[in-house]
Amino acid sequence: MTKIFSNRTKELEANIDAYLDRVENAGLIFLEGVKAYLNKKNEKFEKHYQAISTLESEADNVRRDIKHKLYTYMLIPESRGDVLGLLETMDDVIDIAEKVLEQFSIEQPEIPEFLKSDFLDLAELCSKTVEELVKGTRAFFREIKLVNNYVNKVHFYEHEADDVEENLKRKAFNSAEIKRLSRKVHMRYFAEKIALVSDVAEAVAERLSVYTIKRRI
Amino acid sequence: MIRIIFFLSSGLFLGWSLGANDAANIFGTAVGTKMIRFRTAAIICSIFVIIGAVVSGAGASHTLGKLGAVNELAGAFIVALAAAITVMWMTKAGLPVSTSQAIVGAIIGWNFFAKTNTDLSSLSKIFGTWVFSPILSAFFAFLIFHLVKYILENSKIHLLRLDAYTRMGLLLVGAFGSYSLGANNIGNVMGVFINSSPFKDITIGSLVSLSSTQQLFFLGGIAIAVGVFTYSKRVMMTVGSGIFKLSPVSALVVVLASSLVLFIFASQGLKHFLTSHGLPSFPLVPVSSSQSVVGAVMGISLAKGGRNLNFKNLGRISIGWVATPVVSALISYVALFFMQNVFMQNVYIH
Repeated sequence: MTKIFSNRTKELEANIDAYLDRVENAGLIFLEGVKAYLNKKNEKFEKHYQAISTLESEADNVRRDIKHKLYTYMLIPESRGDVLGLLETMDDVIDIAEKVLEQFSIEQPEIPEFLKSDFLDLAELCSKTVEELVKGTRAFFREIKLVNNYVNKVHFYEHEADDVEENLKRKAFNSAEIKRLSRKVHMRYFAEKIALVSDVAEAVAERLSVYTIKRRI
Repeated sequence: MIRIIFFLSSGLFLGWSLGANDAANIFGTAVGTKMIRFRTAAIICSIFVIIGAVVSGAGASHTLGKLGAVNELAGAFIVALAAAITVMWMTKAGLPVSTSQAIVGAIIGWNFFAKTNTDLSSLSKIFGTWVFSPILSAFFAFLIFHLVKYILENSKIHLLRLDAYTRMGLLLVGAFGSYSLGANNIGNVMGVFINSSPFKDITIGSLVSLSSTQQLFFLGGIAIAVGVFTYSKRVMMTVGSGIFKLSPVSALVVVLASSLVLFIFASQGLKHFLTSHGLPSFPLVPVSSSQSVVGAVMGISLAKGGRNLNFKNLGRISIGWVATPVVSALISYVALFFMQNVFMQNVYIH
Protein backbone atom coordinates (compact mmCIF):
# COMPACT_ATOMS: atom_id res chain seq x y z
CA MET A 1 0.00 0.00 0.00
CA THR A 2 2.68 2.49 1.03
CA LYS A 3 4.77 1.39 -1.94
CA ILE A 4 2.00 1.99 -4.45
CA PHE A 5 1.27 5.26 -2.75
CA SER A 6 4.80 6.61 -2.94
CA ASN A 7 5.15 5.45 -6.55
CA ARG A 8 2.05 7.36 -7.51
CA THR A 9 3.39 10.39 -5.73
CA LYS A 10 6.73 10.15 -7.49
CA GLU A 11 5.05 9.58 -10.84
CA LEU A 12 2.93 12.66 -10.42
CA GLU A 13 5.87 14.75 -9.22
CA ALA A 14 7.69 13.72 -12.40
CA ASN A 15 4.64 14.63 -14.50
CA ILE A 16 4.40 18.07 -12.97
CA ASP A 17 8.12 18.63 -13.56
CA ALA A 18 7.73 17.46 -17.15
CA TYR A 19 4.86 19.88 -17.67
CA LEU A 20 6.83 22.81 -16.26
CA ASP A 21 9.81 21.89 -18.44
CA ARG A 22 7.56 22.25 -21.46
CA VAL A 23 6.28 25.66 -20.40
CA GLU A 24 9.85 26.80 -19.78
CA ASN A 25 10.98 25.50 -23.19
CA ALA A 26 8.03 27.16 -24.87
CA GLY A 27 9.26 30.51 -23.53
CA LEU A 28 12.77 29.88 -24.84
CA ILE A 29 11.65 28.60 -28.24
CA PHE A 30 9.30 31.56 -28.58
CA LEU A 31 12.25 33.94 -28.16
CA GLU A 32 14.42 32.00 -30.58
CA GLY A 33 11.55 31.97 -33.07
CA VAL A 34 11.09 35.75 -32.95
CA LYS A 35 14.87 36.23 -33.23
CA ALA A 36 15.02 33.96 -36.29
CA TYR A 37 12.13 35.85 -37.89
CA LEU A 38 13.73 39.24 -37.26
CA ASN A 39 17.01 37.96 -38.71
CA LYS A 40 15.11 36.62 -41.72
CA LYS A 41 16.26 33.05 -41.07
CA ASN A 42 13.08 31.54 -42.42
CA GLU A 43 13.98 27.90 -42.20
CA LYS A 44 15.09 28.24 -38.62
CA PHE A 45 11.95 30.20 -37.79
CA GLU A 46 9.67 27.49 -39.23
CA LYS A 47 11.59 24.87 -37.26
CA HIS A 48 10.93 26.78 -34.04
CA TYR A 49 7.30 27.24 -34.95
CA GLN A 50 6.95 23.48 -35.48
CA ALA A 51 8.76 22.80 -32.20
CA ILE A 52 6.44 25.04 -30.19
CA SER A 53 3.37 23.43 -31.79
CA THR A 54 4.62 20.00 -30.75
CA LEU A 55 5.36 21.28 -27.24
CA GLU A 56 1.88 22.71 -26.99
CA SER A 57 0.15 19.42 -27.72
CA GLU A 58 2.56 17.46 -25.51
CA ALA A 59 1.90 19.84 -22.64
CA ASP A 60 -1.85 19.34 -23.12
CA ASN A 61 -1.43 15.59 -22.80
CA VAL A 62 0.75 15.82 -19.70
CA ARG A 63 -1.71 18.21 -18.09
CA ARG A 64 -4.65 15.90 -18.78
CA ASP A 65 -2.66 13.03 -17.30
CA ILE A 66 -1.93 15.06 -14.15
CA LYS A 67 -5.58 15.99 -13.79
CA HIS A 68 -6.65 12.39 -14.18
CA LYS A 69 -4.14 11.14 -11.62
CA LEU A 70 -4.89 13.85 -9.08
CA TYR A 71 -8.54 12.90 -9.07
CA THR A 72 -8.35 9.12 -9.37
CA TYR A 73 -5.63 8.76 -6.74
CA MET A 74 -7.41 11.26 -4.47
CA LEU A 75 -4.22 13.23 -3.93
CA ILE A 76 -3.91 16.69 -2.35
CA PRO A 77 -7.68 17.08 -1.91
CA GLU A 78 -7.18 20.52 -0.33
CA SER A 79 -5.11 22.08 -3.08
CA ARG A 80 -5.74 20.04 -6.22
CA GLY A 81 -8.23 22.60 -7.51
CA ASP A 82 -5.56 25.26 -7.14
CA VAL A 83 -2.88 23.11 -8.73
CA LEU A 84 -5.06 22.28 -11.71
CA GLY A 85 -6.15 25.91 -12.07
CA LEU A 86 -2.52 26.92 -12.04
CA LEU A 87 -1.49 24.38 -14.66
CA GLU A 88 -4.47 25.20 -16.85
CA THR A 89 -3.76 28.92 -16.91
CA MET A 90 -0.10 28.16 -17.59
CA ASP A 91 -1.32 26.37 -20.67
CA ASP A 92 -2.53 29.74 -21.98
CA VAL A 93 1.08 30.94 -21.90
CA ILE A 94 2.16 28.17 -24.27
CA ASP A 95 -0.95 28.65 -26.43
CA ILE A 96 -0.32 32.35 -26.89
CA ALA A 97 3.41 31.90 -27.54
CA GLU A 98 2.49 29.39 -30.24
CA LYS A 99 -0.21 31.65 -31.69
CA VAL A 100 2.27 34.54 -31.99
CA LEU A 101 4.72 32.44 -34.01
CA GLU A 102 1.79 31.19 -36.09
CA GLN A 103 0.77 34.78 -36.90
CA PHE A 104 4.33 35.60 -37.87
CA SER A 105 4.34 32.55 -40.11
CA ILE A 106 1.01 33.41 -41.76
CA GLU A 107 1.12 37.20 -41.98
CA GLN A 108 4.86 37.64 -42.53
CA PRO A 109 4.94 41.23 -41.19
CA GLU A 110 7.53 43.45 -42.76
CA ILE A 111 9.52 44.76 -39.82
CA PRO A 112 11.60 47.86 -40.52
CA GLU A 113 15.19 47.82 -39.34
CA PHE A 114 14.67 50.60 -36.73
CA LEU A 115 12.01 48.57 -34.90
CA LYS A 116 13.86 45.27 -34.83
CA SER A 117 15.74 45.89 -31.60
CA ASP A 118 12.47 46.90 -29.87
CA PHE A 119 10.74 43.75 -31.05
CA LEU A 120 13.71 41.73 -29.86
CA ASP A 121 13.70 43.46 -26.43
CA LEU A 122 9.99 42.85 -26.11
CA ALA A 123 10.32 39.13 -26.94
CA GLU A 124 13.24 38.80 -24.51
CA LEU A 125 11.30 40.38 -21.66
CA CYS A 126 8.30 38.13 -22.39
CA SER A 127 10.52 35.08 -22.40
CA LYS A 128 11.94 36.20 -19.05
CA THR A 129 8.48 36.53 -17.49
CA VAL A 130 7.77 32.95 -18.54
CA GLU A 131 11.10 31.79 -17.13
CA GLU A 132 10.47 33.45 -13.75
CA LEU A 133 6.89 32.19 -13.70
CA VAL A 134 8.08 28.62 -14.13
CA LYS A 135 10.68 29.08 -11.39
CA GLY A 136 7.97 30.47 -9.12
CA THR A 137 5.70 27.53 -9.86
CA ARG A 138 8.47 25.05 -9.12
CA ALA A 139 9.02 26.88 -5.83
CA PHE A 140 5.29 26.62 -5.12
CA PHE A 141 5.67 22.86 -5.10
CA ARG A 142 8.97 22.62 -3.25
CA GLU A 143 10.01 25.80 -1.49
CA ILE A 144 7.07 28.03 -0.86
CA LYS A 145 8.96 30.89 0.76
CA LEU A 146 10.73 31.66 -2.54
CA VAL A 147 7.55 32.04 -4.59
CA ASN A 148 7.13 35.75 -3.91
CA ASN A 149 10.63 36.49 -5.15
CA TYR A 150 9.81 35.04 -8.53
CA VAL A 151 6.35 36.57 -8.64
CA ASN A 152 7.95 39.97 -8.09
CA LYS A 153 10.30 39.38 -10.97
CA VAL A 154 7.39 38.42 -13.22
CA HIS A 155 5.71 41.72 -12.32
CA PHE A 156 8.93 43.61 -12.98
CA TYR A 157 9.56 42.12 -16.42
CA GLU A 158 5.92 42.49 -17.39
CA HIS A 159 6.06 46.16 -16.52
CA GLU A 160 9.23 46.58 -18.55
CA ALA A 161 7.58 44.78 -21.45
CA ASP A 162 4.64 47.22 -21.27
CA ASP A 163 7.05 50.15 -21.55
CA VAL A 164 8.87 48.64 -24.52
CA GLU A 165 5.53 47.85 -26.18
CA GLU A 166 4.28 51.40 -25.76
CA ASN A 167 7.53 52.84 -26.99
CA LEU A 168 7.51 50.56 -29.99
CA LYS A 169 3.99 51.58 -30.94
CA ARG A 170 4.82 55.28 -30.61
CA LYS A 171 7.90 54.85 -32.80
CA ALA A 172 5.86 53.01 -35.41
CA PHE A 173 3.12 55.64 -35.58
CA ASN A 174 5.47 58.62 -35.45
CA SER A 175 7.77 57.24 -38.07
CA ALA A 176 8.05 58.85 -41.45
CA GLU A 177 9.69 55.73 -42.76
CA ILE A 178 6.52 53.67 -42.46
CA LYS A 179 4.16 55.40 -44.84
CA ARG A 180 1.03 53.29 -44.92
CA LEU A 181 -1.31 53.28 -41.93
CA SER A 182 -2.00 49.58 -42.50
CA ARG A 183 1.65 48.81 -41.87
CA LYS A 184 1.71 50.94 -38.75
CA VAL A 185 -1.33 49.07 -37.49
CA HIS A 186 0.38 45.81 -38.38
CA MET A 187 3.38 46.76 -36.21
CA ARG A 188 1.07 47.69 -33.36
CA TYR A 189 -0.76 44.38 -33.75
CA PHE A 190 2.42 42.33 -33.46
CA ALA A 191 3.77 44.37 -30.55
CA GLU A 192 0.52 43.73 -28.69
CA LYS A 193 0.51 40.05 -29.59
CA ILE A 194 4.02 39.50 -28.29
CA ALA A 195 3.35 41.51 -25.12
CA LEU A 196 0.30 39.32 -24.49
CA VAL A 197 2.69 36.51 -23.51
CA SER A 198 3.95 38.55 -20.56
CA ASP A 199 0.41 39.70 -19.67
CA VAL A 200 -0.79 36.13 -19.41
CA ALA A 201 2.32 35.12 -17.46
CA GLU A 202 1.56 37.93 -15.01
CA ALA A 203 -2.04 36.78 -14.62
CA VAL A 204 -0.79 33.28 -13.77
CA ALA A 205 1.71 34.77 -11.31
CA GLU A 206 -1.18 36.57 -9.60
CA ARG A 207 -2.96 33.26 -9.11
CA LEU A 208 0.26 31.75 -7.91
CA SER A 209 0.66 34.30 -5.15
CA VAL A 210 -2.92 33.76 -3.96
CA TYR A 211 -2.45 29.98 -3.92
CA THR A 212 0.77 30.49 -2.00
CA ILE A 213 -1.03 32.39 0.74
CA LYS A 214 -3.61 29.60 0.86
CA ARG A 215 -0.91 26.98 1.21
CA ARG A 216 0.63 28.56 4.29
CA ILE A 217 -0.45 26.50 7.29
CA MET B 1 -27.68 -10.91 33.86
CA ILE B 2 -30.58 -8.94 32.39
CA ARG B 3 -30.41 -6.65 35.43
CA ILE B 4 -26.71 -6.02 34.79
CA ILE B 5 -27.23 -5.25 31.12
CA PHE B 6 -30.13 -2.97 31.96
CA PHE B 7 -28.20 -0.99 34.54
CA LEU B 8 -25.07 -0.74 32.42
CA SER B 9 -27.09 0.53 29.47
CA SER B 10 -26.98 4.16 30.56
CA GLY B 11 -23.17 4.05 30.69
CA LEU B 12 -23.06 2.37 27.30
CA PHE B 13 -25.38 5.05 25.95
CA LEU B 14 -23.07 7.72 27.35
CA GLY B 15 -20.17 5.89 25.67
CA TRP B 16 -22.08 5.82 22.41
CA SER B 17 -22.65 9.58 22.51
CA LEU B 18 -19.00 10.13 23.42
CA GLY B 19 -17.93 8.14 20.37
CA ALA B 20 -20.44 9.93 18.17
CA ASN B 21 -19.28 13.39 19.24
CA ASP B 22 -15.63 13.18 20.22
CA ALA B 23 -14.23 11.04 17.41
CA ALA B 24 -14.77 14.12 15.27
CA ASN B 25 -12.34 16.05 17.45
CA ILE B 26 -9.66 13.61 16.37
CA PHE B 27 -10.53 12.71 12.79
CA GLY B 28 -12.98 15.49 11.88
CA THR B 29 -10.73 17.55 9.65
CA ALA B 30 -8.94 14.52 8.21
CA VAL B 31 -12.23 12.98 7.09
CA GLY B 32 -13.98 16.26 6.29
CA THR B 33 -11.16 17.30 3.95
CA LYS B 34 -11.04 13.80 2.40
CA MET B 35 -7.46 13.17 3.54
CA ILE B 36 -8.55 9.95 5.26
CA ARG B 37 -11.51 7.77 4.42
CA PHE B 38 -14.18 7.61 7.09
CA ARG B 39 -13.94 3.80 7.30
CA THR B 40 -10.18 3.91 7.92
CA ALA B 41 -10.62 6.63 10.54
CA ALA B 42 -13.44 4.76 12.27
CA ILE B 43 -11.49 1.49 12.43
CA ILE B 44 -8.32 3.12 13.78
CA CYS B 45 -10.29 5.23 16.22
CA SER B 46 -12.26 2.27 17.58
CA ILE B 47 -9.24 0.03 18.04
CA PHE B 48 -7.16 2.65 19.82
CA VAL B 49 -10.00 3.97 21.97
CA ILE B 50 -10.50 0.45 23.30
CA ILE B 51 -6.76 -0.09 23.85
CA GLY B 52 -6.46 3.27 25.62
CA ALA B 53 -9.48 2.53 27.78
CA VAL B 54 -8.35 -0.92 28.86
CA VAL B 55 -4.63 -0.16 29.26
CA SER B 56 -4.64 3.32 30.68
CA GLY B 57 -8.18 4.15 31.74
CA ALA B 58 -7.72 3.57 35.46
CA GLY B 59 -5.92 6.81 36.34
CA ALA B 60 -8.54 9.38 35.44
CA SER B 61 -11.44 7.23 36.65
CA HIS B 62 -9.71 6.86 40.02
CA THR B 63 -10.06 10.62 40.52
CA LEU B 64 -13.77 10.40 39.70
CA GLY B 65 -14.04 7.56 42.23
CA LYS B 66 -12.50 9.78 44.87
CA LEU B 67 -14.94 12.56 44.07
CA GLY B 68 -17.83 10.27 44.84
CA ALA B 69 -17.84 6.51 45.21
CA VAL B 70 -21.14 5.50 43.65
CA ASN B 71 -21.62 2.14 45.32
CA GLU B 72 -24.92 0.75 44.10
CA LEU B 73 -25.60 -0.39 40.54
CA ALA B 74 -28.97 1.35 40.30
CA GLY B 75 -27.34 4.57 41.53
CA ALA B 76 -24.55 4.27 38.97
CA PHE B 77 -27.20 3.73 36.29
CA ILE B 78 -28.90 6.99 37.22
CA VAL B 79 -25.64 8.94 37.47
CA ALA B 80 -24.56 7.84 33.98
CA LEU B 81 -28.07 8.42 32.66
CA ALA B 82 -28.16 11.95 34.09
CA ALA B 83 -24.82 12.68 32.41
CA ALA B 84 -26.05 11.20 29.12
CA ILE B 85 -29.26 13.24 29.22
CA THR B 86 -27.30 16.40 29.98
CA VAL B 87 -24.94 15.75 27.07
CA MET B 88 -27.81 15.04 24.71
CA TRP B 89 -29.92 17.95 25.82
CA MET B 90 -27.08 20.47 25.73
CA THR B 91 -25.89 19.18 22.36
CA LYS B 92 -29.40 19.65 20.99
CA ALA B 93 -29.52 23.15 22.41
CA GLY B 94 -26.25 23.86 20.62
CA LEU B 95 -24.39 24.47 23.87
CA PRO B 96 -20.81 23.35 24.38
CA VAL B 97 -20.81 20.21 26.44
CA SER B 98 -18.39 17.58 27.60
CA THR B 99 -19.04 14.17 29.10
CA SER B 100 -16.35 14.90 31.69
CA GLN B 101 -18.26 17.88 33.03
CA ALA B 102 -21.59 16.10 32.84
CA ILE B 103 -20.41 13.06 34.78
CA VAL B 104 -18.75 15.17 37.49
CA GLY B 105 -22.01 17.06 37.98
CA ALA B 106 -23.99 13.82 38.08
CA ILE B 107 -21.64 12.34 40.70
CA ILE B 108 -22.00 15.45 42.84
CA GLY B 109 -25.77 15.09 42.48
CA TRP B 110 -25.43 11.53 43.79
CA ASN B 111 -23.24 12.75 46.69
CA PHE B 112 -25.96 15.20 47.69
CA PHE B 113 -28.65 12.58 47.43
CA ALA B 114 -26.67 9.95 49.34
CA LYS B 115 -25.62 12.61 51.84
CA THR B 116 -21.96 11.77 51.33
CA ASN B 117 -19.47 14.56 51.42
CA THR B 118 -18.03 15.63 48.10
CA ASP B 119 -14.25 15.45 48.30
CA LEU B 120 -13.47 19.12 47.83
CA SER B 121 -9.77 18.57 47.12
CA SER B 122 -10.71 16.26 44.22
CA LEU B 123 -13.30 18.75 43.03
CA SER B 124 -10.88 21.65 43.03
CA LYS B 125 -8.28 19.46 41.30
CA ILE B 126 -10.80 18.55 38.61
CA PHE B 127 -12.04 22.10 38.16
CA GLY B 128 -8.52 23.48 38.04
CA THR B 129 -7.59 20.94 35.39
CA TRP B 130 -10.56 21.91 33.25
CA VAL B 131 -9.47 25.52 33.27
CA PHE B 132 -5.86 24.57 32.69
CA SER B 133 -6.35 22.00 29.91
CA PRO B 134 -7.37 24.36 27.07
CA ILE B 135 -4.57 26.71 28.08
CA LEU B 136 -2.05 23.88 28.02
CA SER B 137 -3.47 22.71 24.71
CA ALA B 138 -3.08 26.21 23.25
CA PHE B 139 0.49 26.29 24.50
CA PHE B 140 1.30 22.91 22.90
CA ALA B 141 -0.37 23.93 19.63
CA PHE B 142 1.63 27.17 19.62
CA LEU B 143 4.91 25.29 20.01
CA ILE B 144 4.10 22.47 17.59
CA PHE B 145 2.82 24.96 15.02
CA HIS B 146 6.13 26.83 15.04
CA LEU B 147 8.08 23.59 14.86
CA VAL B 148 6.03 22.30 11.91
CA LYS B 149 6.28 25.67 10.19
CA TYR B 150 10.04 25.70 10.61
CA ILE B 151 10.34 22.18 9.20
CA LEU B 152 8.07 22.93 6.25
CA GLU B 153 9.88 26.13 5.38
CA ASN B 154 13.29 24.56 5.47
CA SER B 155 12.88 21.04 4.18
CA LYS B 156 11.87 21.61 0.54
CA ILE B 157 9.30 18.83 0.63
CA HIS B 158 7.30 18.56 -2.58
CA LEU B 159 3.64 19.42 -2.20
CA LEU B 160 2.65 15.90 -3.18
CA ARG B 161 5.04 14.25 -0.80
CA LEU B 162 3.87 16.58 1.95
CA ASP B 163 0.37 15.34 1.17
CA ALA B 164 1.49 11.74 1.68
CA TYR B 165 3.30 12.60 4.92
CA THR B 166 0.33 14.57 6.19
CA ARG B 167 -2.01 11.64 5.61
CA MET B 168 0.35 9.33 7.41
CA GLY B 169 0.76 11.88 10.20
CA LEU B 170 -3.00 12.31 10.53
CA LEU B 171 -3.37 8.54 10.88
CA LEU B 172 -0.60 8.23 13.49
CA VAL B 173 -1.70 11.26 15.48
CA GLY B 174 -5.30 10.07 15.12
CA ALA B 175 -4.34 6.71 16.61
CA PHE B 176 -2.55 8.47 19.47
CA GLY B 177 -5.51 10.82 19.94
CA SER B 178 -7.94 7.88 20.04
CA TYR B 179 -5.76 6.11 22.58
CA SER B 180 -5.62 9.24 24.75
CA LEU B 181 -9.37 9.78 24.39
CA GLY B 182 -10.04 6.23 25.50
CA ALA B 183 -7.59 6.53 28.40
CA ASN B 184 -8.81 9.91 29.59
CA ASN B 185 -12.54 9.65 29.00
CA ILE B 186 -13.45 6.03 29.66
CA GLY B 187 -13.78 6.96 33.33
CA ASN B 188 -16.66 9.24 32.38
CA VAL B 189 -18.47 6.41 30.71
CA MET B 190 -17.76 3.49 33.01
CA GLY B 191 -16.10 5.00 36.10
CA VAL B 192 -19.27 5.19 38.14
CA PHE B 193 -19.84 1.45 37.73
CA ILE B 194 -16.47 0.41 39.17
CA ASN B 195 -17.58 0.06 42.78
CA SER B 196 -20.65 -1.93 41.82
CA SER B 197 -19.05 -3.84 38.95
CA PRO B 198 -20.72 -7.18 38.39
CA PHE B 199 -17.62 -8.64 36.65
CA LYS B 200 -14.99 -10.93 38.15
CA ASP B 201 -11.29 -10.70 37.31
CA ILE B 202 -10.31 -13.15 34.59
CA THR B 203 -6.93 -14.54 33.60
CA ILE B 204 -6.35 -15.93 30.15
CA GLY B 205 -3.27 -18.16 30.17
CA SER B 206 -0.57 -16.84 32.45
CA LEU B 207 0.06 -13.58 30.56
CA VAL B 208 -3.20 -11.81 29.98
CA SER B 209 -5.32 -10.85 32.93
CA LEU B 210 -8.27 -8.53 32.83
CA SER B 211 -9.51 -6.98 36.05
CA SER B 212 -13.23 -6.42 36.48
CA THR B 213 -12.59 -2.71 35.89
CA GLN B 214 -10.77 -3.43 32.65
CA GLN B 215 -13.67 -5.59 31.49
CA LEU B 216 -16.01 -2.69 32.20
CA PHE B 217 -13.72 -0.37 30.29
CA PHE B 218 -13.53 -2.82 27.40
CA LEU B 219 -17.31 -2.81 27.21
CA GLY B 220 -17.36 0.99 27.40
CA GLY B 221 -14.72 1.12 24.68
CA ILE B 222 -16.93 -0.98 22.44
CA ALA B 223 -19.84 1.37 23.11
CA ILE B 224 -17.63 4.30 22.07
CA ALA B 225 -16.61 2.37 18.94
CA VAL B 226 -20.26 1.78 18.07
CA GLY B 227 -20.85 5.52 18.48
CA VAL B 228 -17.93 6.21 16.14
CA PHE B 229 -19.23 3.86 13.46
CA THR B 230 -22.89 4.75 13.62
CA TYR B 231 -23.00 8.48 14.11
CA SER B 232 -19.64 10.27 14.05
CA LYS B 233 -19.51 10.66 10.26
CA ARG B 234 -22.13 13.40 10.33
CA VAL B 235 -20.30 15.24 13.08
CA MET B 236 -17.02 14.88 11.20
CA MET B 237 -18.50 16.35 8.04
CA THR B 238 -19.64 19.44 9.97
CA VAL B 239 -16.32 19.77 11.78
CA GLY B 240 -14.36 19.36 8.56
CA SER B 241 -16.22 22.02 6.66
CA GLY B 242 -17.91 24.01 9.35
CA ILE B 243 -16.93 25.77 12.53
CA PHE B 244 -13.30 24.78 12.66
CA LYS B 245 -12.06 25.12 9.13
CA LEU B 246 -8.50 23.92 9.28
CA SER B 247 -5.99 22.88 6.68
CA PRO B 248 -4.86 19.26 6.99
CA VAL B 249 -1.48 20.34 8.40
CA SER B 250 -3.10 22.63 10.97
CA ALA B 251 -5.44 19.78 11.87
CA LEU B 252 -2.41 17.62 12.50
CA VAL B 253 -1.08 20.23 14.92
CA VAL B 254 -4.45 20.66 16.66
CA VAL B 255 -5.03 16.94 17.10
CA LEU B 256 -1.49 16.34 18.35
CA ALA B 257 -1.68 19.21 20.86
CA SER B 258 -5.08 18.26 22.22
CA SER B 259 -4.20 14.55 22.31
CA LEU B 260 -1.07 15.33 24.31
CA VAL B 261 -3.25 17.13 26.85
CA LEU B 262 -5.63 14.19 27.12
CA PHE B 263 -2.67 11.83 27.37
CA ILE B 264 -0.92 13.84 30.08
CA PHE B 265 -4.04 13.94 32.25
CA ALA B 266 -4.53 10.18 31.88
CA SER B 267 -1.08 8.62 31.91
CA GLN B 268 -0.12 6.87 35.12
CA GLY B 269 3.24 6.03 33.57
CA LEU B 270 4.06 9.69 33.05
CA LYS B 271 2.85 10.54 36.56
CA HIS B 272 5.08 7.85 38.10
CA PHE B 273 8.02 8.99 36.01
CA LEU B 274 7.61 12.62 37.05
CA THR B 275 7.02 11.93 40.74
CA SER B 276 9.88 9.44 40.93
CA HIS B 277 12.19 12.17 39.66
CA GLY B 278 10.88 14.63 42.18
CA LEU B 279 9.12 16.68 39.51
CA PRO B 280 5.65 18.18 39.74
CA SER B 281 3.21 15.79 38.10
CA PHE B 282 -0.08 16.29 36.34
CA PRO B 283 -3.25 15.17 38.09
CA LEU B 284 -5.12 12.35 36.38
CA VAL B 285 -8.44 13.95 35.55
CA PRO B 286 -10.95 13.41 32.75
CA VAL B 287 -10.89 16.57 30.63
CA SER B 288 -12.96 17.71 27.69
CA SER B 289 -11.49 16.78 24.32
CA SER B 290 -13.62 19.43 22.61
CA GLN B 291 -12.24 22.16 24.85
CA SER B 292 -8.71 20.96 24.26
CA VAL B 293 -9.37 21.23 20.54
CA VAL B 294 -10.74 24.75 20.95
CA GLY B 295 -7.65 25.61 23.01
CA ALA B 296 -5.36 24.21 20.32
CA VAL B 297 -7.16 26.14 17.57
CA MET B 298 -6.67 29.32 19.60
CA GLY B 299 -3.01 28.40 20.09
CA ILE B 300 -2.61 28.26 16.31
CA SER B 301 -4.41 31.59 15.90
CA LEU B 302 -1.99 33.10 18.40
CA ALA B 303 0.98 31.57 16.59
CA LYS B 304 -0.31 33.18 13.39
CA GLY B 305 -0.21 36.55 15.10
CA GLY B 306 -3.58 36.62 16.83
CA ARG B 307 -5.72 37.15 13.75
CA ASN B 308 -9.05 35.28 13.58
CA LEU B 309 -8.92 34.82 17.34
CA ASN B 310 -12.46 34.10 18.40
CA PHE B 311 -12.96 35.29 21.96
CA LYS B 312 -16.55 34.06 21.94
CA ASN B 313 -15.14 30.56 22.26
CA LEU B 314 -13.51 31.44 25.56
CA GLY B 315 -16.84 32.56 26.95
CA ARG B 316 -18.53 29.42 25.66
CA ILE B 317 -15.88 27.25 27.28
CA SER B 318 -16.25 28.88 30.67
CA ILE B 319 -20.04 28.54 30.53
CA GLY B 320 -19.45 24.81 30.05
CA TRP B 321 -17.32 24.57 33.18
CA VAL B 322 -20.17 25.72 35.39
CA ALA B 323 -23.45 25.15 33.56
CA THR B 324 -22.87 21.53 32.56
CA PRO B 325 -22.08 20.17 36.05
CA VAL B 326 -24.93 22.16 37.60
CA VAL B 327 -27.52 20.93 35.10
CA SER B 328 -26.21 17.39 35.36
CA ALA B 329 -26.20 17.44 39.18
CA LEU B 330 -29.82 18.60 39.22
CA ILE B 331 -30.96 15.92 36.77
CA SER B 332 -29.02 13.31 38.72
CA TYR B 333 -30.56 14.34 42.05
CA VAL B 334 -34.11 14.34 40.75
CA ALA B 335 -33.69 11.04 38.89
CA LEU B 336 -32.16 9.38 41.95
CA PHE B 337 -35.20 10.47 43.93
CA PHE B 338 -37.52 8.80 41.44
CA MET B 339 -35.40 5.66 41.23
CA GLN B 340 -35.49 5.29 44.99
CA ASN B 341 -39.05 6.27 45.74
CA VAL B 342 -40.95 5.22 42.63
CA PHE B 343 -38.99 2.18 41.42
CA MET B 344 -37.96 1.18 44.94
CA GLN B 345 -34.29 0.55 44.11
CA ASN B 346 -31.37 1.17 46.43
CA VAL B 347 -29.28 3.86 44.84
CA TYR B 348 -26.64 4.03 47.55
CA ILE B 349 -25.30 2.03 50.49
CA HIS B 350 -24.23 3.77 53.63
